[in-house]
Amino acid sequence: MNRFALPLALFALLVVVLAIGIRHSPEKGIIVSPLVGRAAPGFALPSLTDAHQRVSSQELKGRWYLLNVWGTWCVECRAEHSMLMQVGHAGVIPLIGLDWKDEDDHALEWLAQLGNPYQAIGVDHDGRTAIDWGVYGAPETFLVNTQGVVVYKLVGPLTRESWTREILPRLPRPASAGF
Amino acid sequence: MGATRLGLVLAVVLCGTGAAYGIDATSLADPVLEARYLQLTHELRCMQCQNQSIADSPVGLASDLRREVHDMLLAGKSDEDVRAYMVSRYGEFILFRPRFSWRNAWLWFGPPLLLLMGLGVAVRIVRQRAALVATDPDAADDDGRA
Repeated sequence: MNRFALPLALFALLVVVLAIGIRHSPEKGIIVSPLVGRAAPGFALPSLTDAHQRVSSQELKGRWYLLNVWGTWCVECRAEHSMLMQVGHAGVIPLIGLDWKDEDDHALEWLAQLGNPYQAIGVDHDGRTAIDWGVYGAPETFLVNTQGVVVYKLVGPLTRESWTREILPRLPRPASAGF
Repeated sequence: MGATRLGLVLAVVLCGTGAAYGIDATSLADPVLEARYLQLTHELRCMQCQNQSIADSPVGLASDLRREVHDMLLAGKSDEDVRAYMVSRYGEFILFRPRFSWRNAWLWFGPPLLLLMGLGVAVRIVRQRAALVATDPDAADDDGRA
């Protein structure tokens, strides 16, 4: 009896350690952003659609918004575009685009072809704003609340599942836009 | 004829590899800054390719991050400033050499601790066996077989 006690205790300890590891391991290849729960980085970028305007975090203060990082060179962005169009139409939350390291004319052509779901699009040619947001691959989508705090970060394309399971439940009023 | 061909092949192969290593063309005039730049870009992870440092990666984001390191060093920031800047945006994962913290303490101390425990168990078993052999009158002639 006694000679099994120690190995059994060690085995139980190992099970606990591994269980914690499995429960806390983020999805494969997805890195938890240190930005979640912290103030969203400020930005002021030229607008893609209006040469006289700037898209800035200052204007968005006091509002919930989704910041979607995309680029015409990004294959997954094309895949998520129809979902973005639905979110744009639903009007539950403003969708702000961050056109990351892209050519303006390519981006405008893309919007003409696929539609424009964004309320405003900031152009980040040198990628500095994307670095401030800790972006490491498009598409990425950030949910920001009225206090300007990043509530959630989605890495990869926005899908119906991520919209209904991750984004809608985090919004204040029980939003009905479940499509 | 054969030698010329071999020479051509060698020339192509050698030139090819030369080009492949030239990912980062940045150089700083100050050799001290240059050394720190090389050190830092080699210990920061390329978040897109994950098993390469930003010094080795041809990806766009890696070159953007190299530019940030370059600019911060020229602006007189310390190595720790550069690391803190990267960690605050990308998390600790960007460091190839993770910092010590209580959250990862068991990773540092776990293996030596397990090794010590294993040694302890081994020593105990050996001692017990030795004691058995010493008290067993048959041990000398049948070397343990029943």
